[in-house]
Amino acid sequence: MAEVTRAPKVYDVCIIGSGAAGGTAAKILTEGGLNVVMLEAGGPLNPAQDFKEHVWPYQLPHRGAGVGGKASADFGEFLAPNGSWEIEGEPYTTAPGSKFRWFRSRIVGGRTNHWGRIALRFAPVDFRSRSTDGMGDDWPITYEDVAPYYDKVESYIGVFGTKENVPSAPDGIFMPPPKPRCTETIIKKACDKLNVTCIPSRMAIITQPHNGRPACHYCAQCGRGCVSASNFSSSQVMIPAAEKTGRFTLITKAMVREIIVGKDGKAQAVSYIDKSARIEKKIYAKAFVVGASACESARLLLNSKSAMFPDGLANSSGVVGRYLTDSVGSSGGGVFPQLAKMPKHNHDGVGGMHMYMPWWKFDRKNDFLRGYHIEFGGGRSMPGVGEFDDLCEVVEGYGASLKQRCRDVYGTYIGFAGRGEMIPNENSYCEIDPDTADEWGIPVLRFHWQWSDNEIKMARDMQETFRAIVEAGGGTYYSKVESDGPNPYGIADGGVIIHELGVVRIGNNPKTSALNGYCQAHDVKNLFVTDAASFVSNPDKNPTLTIMALSWRASEYLLDQAKKGNL
Amino acid sequence: MSSNLSRRDILKTLAYGAAATSVLRVIPAQAAEYAHHMIAAEKAAAPAKAYTAKFFSPHDYKTLQTLCQTIIPADADSGGAIEAGAPEFIDLLTSENPDYQRILGGGLLWLDSACSDRYDKVYLDCSPEQQKEILDQIAYKKNAIANPALNPAVEFFSFLRNMTADGFFTSEIGIKYLGYVGSAFLKEFPGCPPVPEI
Repeated sequence: MAEVTRAPKVYDVCIIGSGAAGGTAAKILTEGGLNVVMLEAGGPLNPAQDFKEHVWPYQLPHRGAGVGGKASADFGEFLAPNGSWEIEGEPYTTAPGSKFRWFRSRIVGGRTNHWGRIALRFAPVDFRSRSTDGMGDDWPITYEDVAPYYDKVESYIGVFGTKENVPSAPDGIFMPPPKPRCTETIIKKACDKLNVTCIPSRMAIITQPHNGRPACHYCAQCGRGCVSASNFSSSQVMIPAAEKTGRFTLITKAMVREIIVGKDGKAQAVSYIDKSARIEKKIYAKAFVVGASACESARLLLNSKSAMFPDGLANSSGVVGRYLTDSVGSSGGGVFPQLAKMPKHNHDGVGGMHMYMPWWKFDRKNDFLRGYHIEFGGGRSMPGVGEFDDLCEVVEGYGASLKQRCRDVYGTYIGFAGRGEMIPNENSYCEIDPDTADEWGIPVLRFHWQWSDNEIKMARDMQETFRAIVEAGGGTYYSKVESDGPNPYGIADGGVIIHELGVVRIGNNPKTSALNGYCQAHDVKNLFVTDAASFVSNPDKNPTLTIMALSWRASEYLLDQAKKGNL
Repeated sequence: MSSNLSRRDILKTLAYGAAATSVLRVIPAQAAEYAHHMIAAEKAAAPAKAYTAKFFSPHDYKTLQTLCQTIIPADADSGGAIEAGAPEFIDLLTSENPDYQRILGGGLLWLDSACSDRYDKVYLDCSPEQQKEILDQIAYKKNAIANPALNPAVEFFSFLRNMTADGFFTSEIGIKYLGYVGSAFLKEFPGCPPVPEI
């Protein structure tokens, strides 16, 4: 039979990745009239089947521990299907002496299916790091450039919070926050005594019906995925909006190998592995938006080598893979005897904190630069596996006294987690490992990682603050950390906070940045990278809200450029 | 549920989301609530039949059950680890994990042989006093510090204690015993009730 040769279909835009960045771009571009194809390396999501919301541990044979007890490493069996620390057949490597962990997602919606829903705006000062303290670099854009897009994102996805006028934590467009739990009432009073700012948190969970999504019903299980879509995920909020336009094609199990450049120096196609069929396919488009998650986006560019771009696409500056940062994380906890006297009541609330401490020491001299915020939680939440490991370790023995002791201490614990800003350093970066490819034959990333003294000092300050708050609240701080060793002051290993970013940064100078202020590649004008790879710095605010604001802004710019025929 | 949505409507909504787009469209809150109850009811309806251990021999499984119940016994407020299904949970996970097999399988063998040496009987045939005597040896780390030969047995018991606590406190009776109230559908979150000292 003779083969029929046809000109391939050319989409207006091809988006790589379906998470916060890709989902936002899909909504804006399709609603703007463009035909969009999205490639996702993982499978489809079916919340009705995949989400374990309202399931009790005893309804699962493994009680949440997973097969062979192994799920606890990936946050437990109840979590929305979202990825894991290790993906079979898709390794990554670390350089000798570097400790770095990479949490990756392979599913529609990416990590937004399980993220903490903490939705914090960067502050004006966060865009002017170098001008402020001489370290790192300024962003090519300002808070004023991004603020209208924070407004748009918050208005669309729904975020609760309160107007507080805290300079380090700009107010946004908020729904009313939920009332504080008892744990939060105790900590708020303790913070007031210490002059530590403690305010209602800002979370992408709707407390009022919004765009056809019902309000939160306060089961505290956001991390499991929300069947009623009362919290934000790209899969349930962004992608349905794109689908509604009729101009959206989603291809799952599509692992992109390379972006192919035409003779004119513009991106022309992507080559991807159809994982189900195990064959290579191509998709053609007039423009490309990369939102594969920061390090996957860098990996894709570095693997897209050609005669015209021998060091990888959009990498004439050599910065792709550089400036890798994660949040500084340190945690601790205390026991509060007054919580044992609480009458039985529903303490669930939303899935996450109702209050938090934004960075409050911005107006004084500290022994480290930049700042951190504090997240906290505890009390009588649904019991899970591992709940009493610590207690058993301390109490030991067996029998009626052990059983009663567990009941006595249940729900009396409040844990604290600091999230601080790491300053980019030359020893923390990722690159292609020349010796290792994944099961699709695609070269993998190798990570290099080192904290600097600034981060260690910040972790020490976190520990001192946690202890002060616990003691001011009438509790006993029990976390013990070492001042040296591999994790001084309890600082988490690189990547563990899952805020890894910065590896394809924006900037005005094409010699020191890969993208311009609209996340458009300096070298390839029909190529955009709109995930957190584009960040110039990693302030103490969780990155997702800013990813969406930048992706929204870049997508509007792309639309405008497309209309003007500039792509 | 006080609504005119039928089960069929709900299933249609759910199936539509899955089949049409692979990504669920937003479903009404009452549909979500109904679906949750439905899943829970179907899961709860699974018949309770006699459990056949997947990993442990019948003898070892009986020893395991006895140990679990000794770690978390029944009392006036609730049943114990056996009523909570802890031994089934431990057996299932052990059947899937070689490390668990080494620690728990090896630990049970050690226990019977230690009892045989000491009392000329396997653990299950020992008197309550003898059982207490041997468990008191392996239930505390300080004994292994005094006598390092006890290390594996102390590790075994510590592991079993954690798993028994997991099995009990994630069970329906264990959660009720703790007094957890939640996983509900609330229109408003009431916040902290007035409590002294809070």
